[in-house]
Amino acid sequence: ASTPQKFYLTPPQVNSILKANEYSFKVPEFDGKNVSSVLGFDSNQLPANAPIEDRRSAATCLQTRGMLLGVFDGHAGCACSQAVSERLFYYIAVSLLPHETLLEIENAVESGRALLPILQWHKHPNDYFSKEASKLYFNSLRTYWQELIDLNTGESTDIDVKEALINAFKRLDNDISLEAQVGDPNSFLNYLVLRVAFSGATACVAHVDGVDLHVANTGDSRAMLGVQEEDGSWSAVTLSNDHNAQNERELERLKLEHPKNEAKSVVKQDRLLGLLMPFRAFGDVKFKWSIDLQKRVIESGPDQLNDNEYTKFIPPNYYTPPYLTAEPEVTYHRLRPQDKFLVLATDGLWETMHRQDVVRIVGEYLTGMHHQQPIAVGGYKVTLGQMHGLLTERRAKMSSVFEDQNAATHLIRHAVGNNEFGTVDHERLSKMLSLPEELARMYRDDITIIVVQFNSHVVGAYQNQE
Amino acid sequence: GASAAEAHSVALPAQAQVVICGGGIMGTSVAYHLSKMGWKDIVLLEQGRLAAGSTRFCAGILSTARHLSIEQKMADYSNKLYQQLEQETGIQTGYIRTGSIFLAQTQDRLISLKRINSRLNVIGIPSEIISPKKVAELHPLLNVHDLVGAMHVPEDAVVSSADVALALASAASQNGVQIYDRTSVLHVMVKKGQVTGVETDKGQIECQYFVNCAGQWAYELGLSNEEPVSIPLHACEHFYLLTRPLETPLQSNTPTIVDADGRIYIRNWQGGILSGGFEKNPKPIFTEGKNQLEIQNLQEDWDHFEPLLSSLLRRMPELDTLEIMKLVNCPETFTPDMRCILGESPLVQGYFVLAGMNSAGISFGGGAGRYLAEWMVHGYPSENIWELDLKRFGALQSSRTFLRHRVMEVMPLLYDLKVPRWDFQTGRQLRTSPLYDRLDAQGARWMEKHGFERPKYFVPPDKDLLALEQSKTFYKPDWFDIVESEVKCCKEAVCVIDMSSFTKFEITSTGDQALEVLQYLFSNDLDVPVGHIVHTGMLNEGGGYENDCSIARLSKRSFFMISPTDQQVHCWAWLKKHMPEDSNLLLEDVTWKYTALNLIGPRAVDVLSELSYAPMTPDHFPSLFCKEMSVGYANGIRVMSMTHTGEPGFMLYIPIEYALHVYNEVMSVGQKYGIRNAGYYALRSLRIEKFFAFWGQDLNTLTTPLECGRESRVKLEKGMDFMGRDALLQQKQNGVYKRLTMFILDDHDTDLDLWPWWGEPIYRNGQYAGKTTSSAYSYTLERHVCLGFVHNFSEDTGEEQVVTADFINRGEYEIDIAGHRFQAKAKLYPVTSLFTHKRRKDDVELSDLHGK
Repeated sequence: ASTPQKFYLTPPQVNSILKANEYSFKVPEFDGKNVSSVLGFDSNQLPANAPIEDRRSAATCLQTRGMLLGVFDGHAGCACSQAVSERLFYYIAVSLLPHETLLEIENAVESGRALLPILQWHKHPNDYFSKEASKLYFNSLRTYWQELIDLNTGESTDIDVKEALINAFKRLDNDISLEAQVGDPNSFLNYLVLRVAFSGATACVAHVDGVDLHVANTGDSRAMLGVQEEDGSWSAVTLSNDHNAQNERELERLKLEHPKNEAKSVVKQDRLLGLLMPFRAFGDVKFKWSIDLQKRVIESGPDQLNDNEYTKFIPPNYYTPPYLTAEPEVTYHRLRPQDKFLVLATDGLWETMHRQDVVRIVGEYLTGMHHQQPIAVGGYKVTLGQMHGLLTERRAKMSSVFEDQNAATHLIRHAVGNNEFGTVDHERLSKMLSLPEELARMYRDDITIIVVQFNSHVVGAYQNQE
Repeated sequence: GASAAEAHSVALPAQAQVVICGGGIMGTSVAYHLSKMGWKDIVLLEQGRLAAGSTRFCAGILSTARHLSIEQKMADYSNKLYQQLEQETGIQTGYIRTGSIFLAQTQDRLISLKRINSRLNVIGIPSEIISPKKVAELHPLLNVHDLVGAMHVPEDAVVSSADVALALASAASQNGVQIYDRTSVLHVMVKKGQVTGVETDKGQIECQYFVNCAGQWAYELGLSNEEPVSIPLHACEHFYLLTRPLETPLQSNTPTIVDADGRIYIRNWQGGILSGGFEKNPKPIFTEGKNQLEIQNLQEDWDHFEPLLSSLLRRMPELDTLEIMKLVNCPETFTPDMRCILGESPLVQGYFVLAGMNSAGISFGGGAGRYLAEWMVHGYPSENIWELDLKRFGALQSSRTFLRHRVMEVMPLLYDLKVPRWDFQTGRQLRTSPLYDRLDAQGARWMEKHGFERPKYFVPPDKDLLALEQSKTFYKPDWFDIVESEVKCCKEAVCVIDMSSFTKFEITSTGDQALEVLQYLFSNDLDVPVGHIVHTGMLNEGGGYENDCSIARLSKRSFFMISPTDQQVHCWAWLKKHMPEDSNLLLEDVTWKYTALNLIGPRAVDVLSELSYAPMTPDHFPSLFCKEMSVGYANGIRVMSMTHTGEPGFMLYIPIEYALHVYNEVMSVGQKYGIRNAGYYALRSLRIEKFFAFWGQDLNTLTTPLECGRESRVKLEKGMDFMGRDALLQQKQNGVYKRLTMFILDDHDTDLDLWPWWGEPIYRNGQYAGKTTSSAYSYTLERHVCLGFVHNFSEDTGEEQVVTADFINRGEYEIDIAGHRFQAKAKLYPVTSLFTHKRRKDDVELSDLHGK
């Protein structure tokens, strides 16, 4: 019998894979006075699907204060997660804009003047923007703000962030749905909007403005706050609820939204209609449109769509659509000085690591060596040789920390390479990363992580002001 | 307890002549020496207990192997002082003569040790270079297999540093010094730039003199003044290890080991060892200021110590089973240039400082205390201490960020190899010329002086830049060819050197006050026609150079004074101290107002006349002349016919807003004359081959114009008295005891032999006669040229005797470079004939090349 040839990646090869998608952004300091409560963020992705279906976005709102960060987990392809990753923040930013600014922008468009910039993107060079659709996307967005302008009664100027987030999510999903129904004379675009609508994506988005942190979540990605206790230890505070079968309230909601006789079929084998893991998502019109509408759109659609069995397949027990919504659950948290960082990650991370470990690993990474209790000789009989051995061992243990300049990369290294003792095992890491494409998806999911670091001094100063 | 403190507060005197702050080795040493010299009315204040700060924790190693002569002398004096202290005071100081061994793991390190060895021997400190085998005989535990050699200094010692400080305090106290502990100085009171008293937490003391010996708190204390005194130093954590005794305890006279390549020192300590070091990644501390609480609770950091522990076990593998007693964390103070800080504040008279010991407090304590006491009592110390003078720094090198960054470089540097011409990497680009970016883009490599960036040379575009930065060597450096081409261009065509860093003062008055005060402060006659430039010395009472400058008479009543870059603080303080309070007499520092371009070379005249449409020939613009004129579009450029090198050319002093314009014009017009940028290395080569001495390097406060052949720059009979005149008259009558001489190395192979630097011993007829002060390779002579002072030590008594020109000329000379002696020809005047011949020949070639 022939033993299969062992093939392991060397540490540099492992590193180049892990670092290929890493990105860091530091909020610029002005004259040493950092006025942002965000110090910066690290993000990274490790694909399991080919191509990867996860997406990530980060941007600074230029007309209002605040920073937007989000992770998007796509399924049935990456079309929807791609579209959401490039469009959602515009919808949120527009929802946050005051009436006058909206008017100003609309007037500028109308008269062909230069537009006010709304977002400053912080993108990895690999992050893609679909140029072809940008005109279409822009028109949908413009319709949205025109409606906002018309709706404004001029009474309240206060913009509620929570409401803005919910509206933006719902509106974008609605636009995705409408664009697919209307179609586009350009065949490429026509196919694109259909692929976006028939694939799906979850979204977990954080909006940070001073001490106000809002998390809007649709689906099973997660936002986790890293809190440093007074004794220096780390604890995790979850800022989002997973929308899946493990969430009792979601099960309850689904049952209430549909007739009693569907109680058994609406969630089967922990999946929506026995098919879909997340209970909320963008796109996925197969779970939203009526059967008639689905058939009509598919029939009039391009051939590629017709040939796709998955698209044509109507979910079983499909009686009272919609079964799926993109409406997010929004949580609010007021930042405190002990809130050091926020981890946004797709379920690929959370299914391999406990949230407590995630927060501890990031916390220890960001604070350097502090987690290692300093050695003190007091009272014990220790020889120079023993001490030397101990120190060399500790240094070796630390070396994995210094390999990474990016907290998200460091976390992925642990997520993929951790052995039963909770330390990175290079051999395991190498094996996991050497898996051929077709096998990778069986061992792990796409992982996308954003680690946002807060500026405790600024947060503390906010606190003292009030 | 509290009652004792109260008792003290009652007893604190209302006034004293001197108040010393700090009861460590420095404060007690100053008190000891002042009281020995007869000053009695002295109060020493210590915030905690005597000798309880860094002094208490210090490793107690006294080592004389130092890079600077002044440091060697201080350490040598300390050694002799401590040795007899026990007998003098009856207090045990733990003094044991152990000797020390400096290990070399590399040939370069051995060269460095050999250089120190040569210099120790000539000042009478025994030392020798020994083989690894000999090292193993001297120390039982050392692993010597990776060594190439070592230096043994048998008279070095170890002491208990706290006990030394207590002994000095006790002796001082017997001489009348009053010592108060648990008394903190809050700030120093100053009136009209003069110390008037001290505010403490126990009340005020009026005093004339204040001495800041506050160690790592000296910076803070300086800042606490209403008019802050900048004392640039910063603390870093420093770790050393103490062990239990070995099974066979180490002899108390086991030599101290310094393994600089391994970054560690090791001394015997109560039968076991004490070992610390200077790691590559220091931990600066107290950047935000004084924190008493923190210093009590400094943590041991074993992880940080790990590389040093590895190094120790490599050097002494048998220690593996030795039991640890503890790891001591004792912050040490470091300065921006690795030298201690000694002297009087440039702004506050009577405010003296002794601090910033860079981990050598015990070695320097005795000598530094003595020099400072001499300074206070006599008005100047008995040795030239410019290298340590507080006035070498300005307030500009005192920001917390600068200090924090710089000491992180300095601490590892203590054990790094010191090769010629290294530059600090941190704290750079602080002061720059407006042309900095332009020059940088053209390949300038930079050095820093007094915070100012100056070009060393310009790397041609085709050179491999990386290779150039790598090689640090005691031999021929990699920039040799680059500087050669710059020098050649200065000789044959024209070069431009940005010399903006020079210190520039303007002295103006409504009447004759400016002339009068300058005539008194400078030795040459300044009553010259308007437009003339005078080279002159600013001398002290002893006739020594406090500054060496060029002064241009701009008008009847205003003078423009140019002096070396690092004179900015010192010269200002000297002038302020000696100028009368007169609102009609104005002294202004205009350094920042002018960019200075030096146009050197025979074609400088062509460039400038083309740019100004004015005749620049010697008939119209004689040498040492100054004129305001237009250059290009810019008006009011001060053009001076001098180059600081002896080469033909001009200095252009350009108001900074015109700098870029004038530079661009000069470069574009100069193109057809073959103009190029040049740097300070070319300048140095040119000036040293022409025997141009520089203040701060060749000249100092203890050298007079007569000792360096500058009689012509002294006008003893200019019709009025001037500072130093009496001393010079006397010297003229009695003869000089040393003479600045130029040496041309004879049998020296530039490619293969070690290069001279400075500080090399000079031998005359086989006898030690002095040391070099600077050196450069002369591309014209194709030889190395060294400048240095020749003394005439009596063969019998060692006493200094008169040096005559005849004495110089009749000697056979050798220069000792790291133990190897090279024959040298002594010259008292530059070798002009050679130059003129060479230049004429080259002129022909150049004109052929360019045509007209």
